[in-house]
Amino acid sequence: MRTRLDWLLTSADIPYLTSDESLPDSALAEQVRQLAQYELGFSQIFKLDRRLRKIADPARYAGVLAPLRLAVLGASTLDHLLPALRAVGARHGFLIDCYLAPYGQYLREIADPASALHAFAPEVVLFALDATHLVGEQISDAPDAALDATMERLRAAWRGVIAGFGAQVIQQTVLPRMLPLMGSNEHALPGSPARMAAALNARLRTAATEEGIDLLAIDDAAVHDGLAAWHDPVLWLKGKQEISPAAAQHYADLALRPVLARRGRSAKCLVLDLDNTLWGGVIGDDGLGGIVLGQGSAEGEAYLSLQRYALDLMKRGVLLAVCSKNDDAVARAAFEQHPEMLLRLDHITSFVANWEDKPTNLRRIADEIGIGLDSLVFVDDNPFERNLVRSALPMVRVPELPEDAALYAGTLARAGYFEALAVTREDRERTALYAANAAREKTRASGLDITSYLESLDMVLEWQRFDAAGQQRIVQLVNKTNQFNLTTRRYTDAEIAALIADPNALALQFRLRDTFGDNGVIAIVIGHLTPGGELDLETWLMSCRVLGRGVETACLGVVAGEAKRLGATALLGRYVPTERNDMVREHYPRLGFVADGADHGETRWRFDLDRPLPDALNISVNDIRGSAT
Amino acid sequence: MQHDEIVEELTGIFRDIFDDDDLVLRDDMTAADVARWTSLSHINLILAVEDAFDIKIGSGDIEKLTNVRALLTLIERKAAR
Repeated sequence: MRTRLDWLLTSADIPYLTSDESLPDSALAEQVRQLAQYELGFSQIFKLDRRLRKIADPARYAGVLAPLRLAVLGASTLDHLLPALRAVGARHGFLIDCYLAPYGQYLREIADPASALHAFAPEVVLFALDATHLVGEQISDAPDAALDATMERLRAAWRGVIAGFGAQVIQQTVLPRMLPLMGSNEHALPGSPARMAAALNARLRTAATEEGIDLLAIDDAAVHDGLAAWHDPVLWLKGKQEISPAAAQHYADLALRPVLARRGRSAKCLVLDLDNTLWGGVIGDDGLGGIVLGQGSAEGEAYLSLQRYALDLMKRGVLLAVCSKNDDAVARAAFEQHPEMLLRLDHITSFVANWEDKPTNLRRIADEIGIGLDSLVFVDDNPFERNLVRSALPMVRVPELPEDAALYAGTLARAGYFEALAVTREDRERTALYAANAAREKTRASGLDITSYLESLDMVLEWQRFDAAGQQRIVQLVNKTNQFNLTTRRYTDAEIAALIADPNALALQFRLRDTFGDNGVIAIVIGHLTPGGELDLETWLMSCRVLGRGVETACLGVVAGEAKRLGATALLGRYVPTERNDMVREHYPRLGFVADGADHGETRWRFDLDRPLPDALNISVNDIRGSAT
Repeated sequence: MQHDEIVEELTGIFRDIFDDDDLVLRDDMTAADVARWTSLSHINLILAVEDAFDIKIGSGDIEKLTNVRALLTLIERKAAR
């Protein structure tokens, strides 16, 4: 059994990973951040570890891979954890040099100034002591005295490390692997090894605060993952490996979190998407009353649970931000007016809702707050947005999310981005401080070239005339789309059926496929020939999910071709403003239409079909006639 | 997966797990021929093979897989399913 780092991407082929020098040191250093987004396979840990140990001139890459001397002290087999510590260290920006003290010699090594440990001069010392070493395997006659003695020994060892090296001390808690002798009422036998392990873990927590050291809570981890994921009794008996090799990567990740936290490198700001992340549905289309949130439904409760977790993080000093493709006013209205919203505008330090790409907006958020991009965690249900951010801004931490919104908060918690060691008054006041910063900072636009990312998506736009099979979905789309909708004209079932039957009507449906899969029907265009030989577009609507990907331009190519086939010489477009569709005010001019009059806020546009069409970059277009005429 | 591909993949695993860039796999190779192939690193080898070929190796088989031929035979049998 293996513990899963399920907030990371998995891949059999992690880009750039080799164990030999076909990957130059400089390229390795450059790619380390991309690498950080992947869970490593078992042999990939060894591959990366071997490659890292071949770096010829570590000092040269210290800016990306900061050298770190880590001593691991224990009383059983720990060699098997070192490759994972070094490999995971690189993912977190460290080039770790490990020192493993000889089996059970740690007290002597700490005390003896001539020891190899002293020569190594560790910056971090990890006490990875096994349960047998700490509490024994027999019933103790005097459990309290035994625990007192163990704690005295540990405190002395920690103090020795702090005094001798000024190193950060990380103490592993006791893995709860001792078998119960009583059962649920194990406390009735205070000297049982299982009971002593639990008691020692409680004492470690008190002592850690008093002595200023940090814990590696593998007892909590084993509760989450199940003991079998962490410990294999066969390997303990055979080779004294308490932590199963299969858990090494998870162990290393947990061990390095306090190291990051001590160095101020934990994330500081949680950036949240809105639609289908903080609530179910699309606020721009479904409206304030249509989104799913809050008591009364399991789904609504699920979204609320992420809001609650975010709010609790904020209360202990994590900043919150919003990054959403939405109309600013529509998005804010949810926070101001929806009765079930736990998060309110004054909890959000930086609120960015617009139609620009998310990497640009994340830069804006970081600038506004005055923190680095590497301090951001970006949570979004949409894999397109997640991968765009990962490729454009690899320093931003982007968790993979499970399908079910009920599990979002748990995944975020397990990822440990916000690892912290103590809660200070400053933590609690930080939110106010940064809010002031954000208010002062002027937002500024920044350009981002996402062309190469879009190319990598292999987008295919498939189109066909309306057909009976698609009728239900078409009726649904034309009657619920509010944002990317030029005229917001609604249609009955019968009207759509009439369009299906009319060979002279332009009635087109578009689907988009990409590397993430099939996005379904994402655009509808409806038009009629006028007596003057122009094609009047009475409806053009799109799903906001595919915005900013050049899909409109590709659609225009199809519309123009079909219009010509019907004998038209020009396209006529109309924009009828509503409260919801401000985002498409410039839709037609952006596509090269020229102004053709206006009244009562409505604007009209014209595109002569003898003119060249704008290029639809990165999208191939596929005509699937299917059952259409 | 073809025999040659399996050998290539397994060679990479042996090189990574036993930390030897020049290691060349031979059918008759046993733990005695590879300096770092110990009873402890054997567990790493098995886990790496399970992970890379997406197979599960039963605990009864683990002890018997101390030569390359036995490993290859088992991988070919399990990966073919």
